[in-house]
Amino acid sequence: MKTKLLAAGLVSIATLAMGETPVLTVLTYDSFTPEWGPGPLIEAGFEATCACDLQFVTGGDGAAVLARVKLEGAQSDVDVVLGLDTTLTANAAATGLFAPVAPAENTLPVAFSDPNFVAFDWGWFAMVYDNTKLQTPPNSFEELAASDLKILIQDPRSSTPGLGLVMWIRAAYGERAPEIWAALADNIVTVTPGWSEAYSMFLEGEADMVLSYTTSPAYHLIAESDATKSAALFSEGHYMQVEVAGKLASTDQSDLADQFLAYLTSDAAQAAMITTNWMYPAKTPASGLPAGFETLIQPETSLLLTATEAEAARGPAIEQWQTALSK
Amino acid sequence: MKLAFGLAVAIAALILGSAAILAWHARAMAGGRLLAPADFAALRFTLLQAALSAGFSALLAVPVARALFRRRFWGQSALIGLMAAPFALPFVVAVLGLLTIFGRAGPVNMALGALGLPPFSIYGLHGVVMANVFFNLPLATRMLLHGWHAIPPERFRLAQSLSMPPAAQFRHLELPMLRVQLPGIAVTVFLICLTSFAISLTLGGGPKASTLELAIYQALRFEFDLGRAALLATVQFSLCAIVTLGALRLTLPDGFGTGLARQSVLFAPKGWRRGLDVFWIALAALYLLAPLLAALLRGLPGLADLPNGLWPALARSLAVALASALLTTVAALILALAAARPGRRWIELSAMLPLSASGLVLGTGLFLALRPFAQPDDLALPVTMLVNTLLALPFVFRLLLPQARQVQQNFDRLSESLGLTPMIRLRYVTLPLLARPLGYGAGLAAALSMGDLGVITLFAGQGGATLPLLVQNLIGAYRMDQAAAAALILVLASFSLFFLFDRWGARHADT
Repeated sequence: MKTKLLAAGLVSIATLAMGETPVLTVLTYDSFTPEWGPGPLIEAGFEATCACDLQFVTGGDGAAVLARVKLEGAQSDVDVVLGLDTTLTANAAATGLFAPVAPAENTLPVAFSDPNFVAFDWGWFAMVYDNTKLQTPPNSFEELAASDLKILIQDPRSSTPGLGLVMWIRAAYGERAPEIWAALADNIVTVTPGWSEAYSMFLEGEADMVLSYTTSPAYHLIAESDATKSAALFSEGHYMQVEVAGKLASTDQSDLADQFLAYLTSDAAQAAMITTNWMYPAKTPASGLPAGFETLIQPETSLLLTATEAEAARGPAIEQWQTALSK
Repeated sequence: MKLAFGLAVAIAALILGSAAILAWHARAMAGGRLLAPADFAALRFTLLQAALSAGFSALLAVPVARALFRRRFWGQSALIGLMAAPFALPFVVAVLGLLTIFGRAGPVNMALGALGLPPFSIYGLHGVVMANVFFNLPLATRMLLHGWHAIPPERFRLAQSLSMPPAAQFRHLELPMLRVQLPGIAVTVFLICLTSFAISLTLGGGPKASTLELAIYQALRFEFDLGRAALLATVQFSLCAIVTLGALRLTLPDGFGTGLARQSVLFAPKGWRRGLDVFWIALAALYLLAPLLAALLRGLPGLADLPNGLWPALARSLAVALASALLTTVAALILALAAARPGRRWIELSAMLPLSASGLVLGTGLFLALRPFAQPDDLALPVTMLVNTLLALPFVFRLLLPQARQVQQNFDRLSESLGLTPMIRLRYVTLPLLARPLGYGAGLAAALSMGDLGVITLFAGQGGATLPLLVQNLIGAYRMDQAAAAALILVLASFSLFFLFDRWGARHADT
């Protein structure tokens, strides 16, 4: 009897201790949490309002994050997954591991809503170049393919921007995609495993253009006062990457997770995200965009396959890409 | 001996087990796809680039190591010491270093342009092989250098008193040593190149240059097809086993007998041979040091503005490197001494097995195996340490084995007849004779561990970043100057570690 009482006492102390500061575990990609990333600002901002302890767990890039969610399955201690994009969401939803979330307002240039995910930032993919070396950039993939400009791209099998480019050409050209890739083949210097390699090789002068985002020049302009980088505006439109967060169905902090997802699209969090992730905010904060962003190109057409379309297109599109470039 | 047996079994279990865990989970989740035509294309390219890289690294290492063995010059030990540095560089940094020299705007193309010659493009199969040689030539050279040091100096003295010309010395003394050393060295380089995908992809110029490891990466990351990953990993293991066993058949025991094991004799022919040696040393030094120097110089401007997280990350990396260097050296010594006895090829096979392991499969397997018992973040550093130990083991084992065989061959009977206990024998016979490769091996293991990014990304939790991961994240955030500076610190730290271990080995070998 005594031991039972003791055990009951210990359990209640434990619940009390947990009750004091509940822990919300957020799984994200590893470039989110460094001191220069959005992580510390988001953590401080949310903890100021939630009376909780926000803990980040990192695992590689967006694709690796999803792989980890699948590896852990329903036993996961993670409450919120942050950093998937729309090429992964259908696949993620199909696992049944994600819970429905309340829809959040957004200011995306295309209609976006997903029963399981909230958008927190987005960007247009673009070919970035050095405007001191290239005065008249091409205005479409066809013009790029006809030129003798050298470009660096990423592999769709190992990198999200690489996959984005494959989707871009598919969304813009449909049946003609293999033809475009075949024409682009002699412009491609090389295909790198990830964004980092391609972008740093571009900065070292290995190519005229690199696949990145329309917002990349904003980093150089705002953080380095360097106005030499620009993104080329393509007439067929620019494909978008929408980054989202979702709640795991297995969470034991469901309310807190909802609160966090709502916080993500708040003005404070959105403003923090712009100059740490160098993407557009999902919902433009009242303070607007930072100075310098007005210099960026504004694509007239935004391309985005729905999550289901993207999931269905991925396999065939990568295969087409591989065949066209292996000749 | 029981210890070696247990170790060999444990290594095989860990490596093969990780793939088995994937296969087992795959059965529980979804059916795996069989090998696709693209996989066979990847397999062909993997074998081709690995074979070429191994061939060039091993063959080029012969004249370079020979020249380094018989010449003495200012800065020699520093040059030899720097030969572990490419391994410690994060991949992106090393590639950028190579591109600074051989890239579009590099001095090589400047010179070609000035001479009116067409520009040289590094992208393609030749670029992949060049990068692999950059990484592996130093290793092959160091391994061969140990081979030269292991020829008893008395034999060289005898050859000289018989007035043997250098060609005859080469045939009677050096060639037999090369027959012992070269197959193992070529296999080591081959297996290293077998499991790389970043080099092949980045410098290969397109998806033609896909390797099996990339297919594994794709299967695990994007398709989450565990069964397919396990299948591809099995293909890699089988290749490793075939190649290792094949090389074992080619390796003949040497018949030099024993000497006093002192390094004192120099045979340094004069005349054109001297010029040739200078040429080889200069070529190797230029090829290795120019990209390295370019990478390091790139880091200088960023030193003024280092991120706060750098020092904790450096401390974590150093702790992991020291621990795994120690573990690797001890494990490799046990295995090499056991494998040196006749009829123990399976121990050698087991010790080489980690080279064929995909870091990602190993990491994922461990994650699945350990996840039910502990939090991944808590495991990040121990698992990184374990994996780094495993992955560095074949290198150190390969360095120790030839000398361990000599010790076995030359001193086993004497030690037996003197009734030396195993501990005494270890202390007074084995360790002094193996000190040089042990020191170098420990240094190499530390450098490998410092540079490795491998599995940490799967386990890293809040604030658990190691230095290579920090470099990666800095580049990902456009912070190229800070990344280059952090890489500079990474190289300096791992070079210091390497140099300390290596000096320790050389000092104990001389006395």
